[in-house]
Amino acid sequence: MSGHSSYVPSKGVMQWLDARLPLPRLFYDSFVAYPVPRNLNYAYTFGGILALFLGVQILTGIVLAMHYAANSAIAFDSVEKIMRDVNWGWLLRYMHANGASFFFIAVYVHIFRGLYYGSYKAPREVLWILGVIIFLLMMATAFMGYVLPWGQMSFWGATVITNFFTAFPLIGDPIHQLLLGGFAVDNATLNRFFSLHYLLPFMIAGVVILHVWALHVTGQTNPTGVEVKSSKDTVPFTPHATIKDGFAMVVFLALFAYMVFYLPNYLGHPDNYVEANPLKTPSHIVPEWYFLPFYAMLRAITFNIGPIDSKLGGVLVMFGSILVLFFLPWLDTSRIRSTAFRPMYKIFFWILVADCVFLGWLGSKPPEGVYPALALAGTIYYFGHFLIVLPVLGLVETPKRLPGSITEAVLARNGGGGTPAGAAAAPDTKG
Amino acid sequence: MKKLLPALLAAGLAFAPAAFAQDGKGPNENSASEQAAAGQDPAAEEAEEGHAETPHYPLKEPEELDWSFAGPFGHWDLAQLQRGLKVYKEVCSACHGMKLVAFRNLEALGYSEEQVKAFAAEYTVQDGPNGDGEMFDRPGIPSDYFPSPFPNPQAAAAANNGAAPPDFSLLAKARAAERGFPTFLFDLLTQYQQGGPDYIHALITGYGQEPSPAVEKSIQPGTYYNPYFMSAPALAMPPPISDGQVEYADGAPQTVDQYSRDVAAFMMWAAEPHLVERKATGFVTMIFLIVFAGLLYVVKGRVWAGTPH
Amino acid sequence: MSVHDTAEPNRRDFLYIATGAVGAVGAIAAVWPFIDQMNPDAATLALAEIDVDVSQVAEGQSITAKWRGKPVFIRQRTAKEVEEAKAVELGELKDPIARNANLAADAPATDVNRSAAAEGTDAAAKEQWLVMIGVCTHLGCIPLGQSGPYNGWFCPCHGSAYDTAGRIRQGPAPENMAIPPFKFTTDTNIRIG
Repeated sequence: MSGHSSYVPSKGVMQWLDARLPLPRLFYDSFVAYPVPRNLNYAYTFGGILALFLGVQILTGIVLAMHYAANSAIAFDSVEKIMRDVNWGWLLRYMHANGASFFFIAVYVHIFRGLYYGSYKAPREVLWILGVIIFLLMMATAFMGYVLPWGQMSFWGATVITNFFTAFPLIGDPIHQLLLGGFAVDNATLNRFFSLHYLLPFMIAGVVILHVWALHVTGQTNPTGVEVKSSKDTVPFTPHATIKDGFAMVVFLALFAYMVFYLPNYLGHPDNYVEANPLKTPSHIVPEWYFLPFYAMLRAITFNIGPIDSKLGGVLVMFGSILVLFFLPWLDTSRIRSTAFRPMYKIFFWILVADCVFLGWLGSKPPEGVYPALALAGTIYYFGHFLIVLPVLGLVETPKRLPGSITEAVLARNGGGGTPAGAAAAPDTKG
Repeated sequence: MKKLLPALLAAGLAFAPAAFAQDGKGPNENSASEQAAAGQDPAAEEAEEGHAETPHYPLKEPEELDWSFAGPFGHWDLAQLQRGLKVYKEVCSACHGMKLVAFRNLEALGYSEEQVKAFAAEYTVQDGPNGDGEMFDRPGIPSDYFPSPFPNPQAAAAANNGAAPPDFSLLAKARAAERGFPTFLFDLLTQYQQGGPDYIHALITGYGQEPSPAVEKSIQPGTYYNPYFMSAPALAMPPPISDGQVEYADGAPQTVDQYSRDVAAFMMWAAEPHLVERKATGFVTMIFLIVFAGLLYVVKGRVWAGTPH
Repeated sequence: MSVHDTAEPNRRDFLYIATGAVGAVGAIAAVWPFIDQMNPDAATLALAEIDVDVSQVAEGQSITAKWRGKPVFIRQRTAKEVEEAKAVELGELKDPIARNANLAADAPATDVNRSAAAEGTDAAAKEQWLVMIGVCTHLGCIPLGQSGPYNGWFCPCHGSAYDTAGRIRQGPAPENMAIPPFKFTTDTNIRIG
């Protein structure tokens, strides 16, 4: 996908095909010869892990759809039929449900790695924006997928989330009814959510292709933030990155398998094993864990802001928390890419991580007592990080001295010698 | 692969005794009873102070019991499941359905095909329509599901003071007391997934206690105080079973405590019939992934040898 | 480039081969659940039996029952039809095997073996009764009763003709129509399955 090609077709068939449809060339240039910085740490393996999990989710999803019935009268029972009667149905369904969680674990590591190493900065703005679009599509897909088992949390989650749209004056109610296909969440809603839940992953796959394309145009960032300067700074994707990504994938799969086989309901909510009841809301409704920080921000706005009432305010703040990520490349004024050379920003980065975890914890708490006030503080800090800290810090911070090149940094750290692989990478796996 | 499965199960079960030896002596029990004790005090204090804010239910945390199906090598205690089925059939099924479980599933409890047929035939199942367009009753067959005691939720509610008795099929997964911080993090390591059975046992054995005066005021007429109930101080179900009510042929104690353990284990099986198969498959999968990861790590070392990075 | 030297795959390297083999085994094992889930599930496999009341089926009449999603023809044949079927030499049959689930797999396709008499109880009196899965063994259409050149069943899809014992006589179908497991529980009740 990038620049000139070094592919030399070896065998007759490959040569024949290459002259007609250069698929082998595309594959070779993208996944074999593609040069990657030699100093990438394990935080950089999560892109590959995400691709793997997109595959896992699509595969398990397609086979689950062979047994699932998207009808409000029988949806709940059809999921239980999968769990009880379908061969390996319990495994496929638990993989799909926990796969969503692990997809989000990986995407959060991937996003924070991008934040830490300045992966959003020029010339990678489009790469970053495509990533945020994938994140939004993932959230929509996960939300609609959670509705399908038609348990109590499915139903009331769908009710609450779709009610976001009623916050907008004038157009809110018509849009709400349009989304639901009725006046409340019901069979029509379930049907369209199933249709869209099946469609969106393929849209994600499409945007992922653009995301990888954009990546291969600019090349990876790396922990030093210094761009690749010569071929000494890089290694070929295969076998170096392939084997490292493969190792990380299998380790991540082992964690995934641990949850699927031993704690399959740990990340779920017991109320979703109760069939949806439109006349009774569960006493304490919470979204899936990966939405909790956003949920906390939604509930943090308990007061009117001028002409904007608290309901609309909460919705705007929640959407804004993702919207602000689109502008990140232009909000960060620092010329230094990697946080490793920004001593002050490093502190703020970890405060932001802690703030997001804090908001997640608040999202799981009932909206009473001191919690809404804490959520408001966390929300203000979240926006403050992007809208104040990032622009100002870049102007006032004194960065550390950058190495001349990736190779120089690597050799300095290794004392010029060849240390065994892995030993040097381990301390950098954070972020 | 189908032939492989029993082998996997056997492999999983072979390790079970070792796992139990550890579990029994582990710190689990102590910490559990401490938590139960700790859980009592704040709840009681809160109740005595009156209601500064909404009281949090349950008032008491359920006790954590030892279950044969807990942990990585968990397996069913078939004798216990059979006793639980007996309790369900003779007591609970008067009000609670179990519509997702079929009689044929009972073979997993160690019954033969003939026994299952005989068991199913004791039930009357509505079938039809026949050639005349009429619904008719017939004895159950293994492919039938447990019939529900009421024709629909409305009838169930009407016959029970407005509170429909919940179906048993999934109840062991649909009920669990919340695990606070940091307990829920330790649960990751202990693989605690027995919140449902613990809750059911605590609820059945939790009747007959004296509520504090503050709590007593908030008890609705026609409900029964139970500090383990998760959404109110009292529930509509009267104490469902008493000592000696169900006869056990295998000599197990005929006490409410034993009845509730057995029926809770049985409900866990009803809610998650593939639990043992899942854990045994998981054992093999984990071994494979760890070995494969180790090999990949060594290969990675070879590939990167001589490339400082 | 030094990197390239160490990266050159050494095909004799046991470690690489072992790792690849372990990965391949894992991939194949992981594929199996995705394939096996398409097989009939436990509820479908559960032995399903149906009881059919045949007290209203007079001589020369048939009814169709549904068993495991397929039609089962239950016919009380006329004496003439039975005679016709008995008169056929086994050597004339395209498929000489009874295809009767209640008999051994190689039982010959005599009229008795095709009829309910073969099923044991009260043999002679039941030879008039024919219970068979009404699905053409060619490509699964449902044949029309009492029609075709052998006055038995005739499949309109591709022209297979069966005789009065449901045996294939002409056309593309390879086998006689299948007899399901069944028995008379009383004189007027048949349990299929």
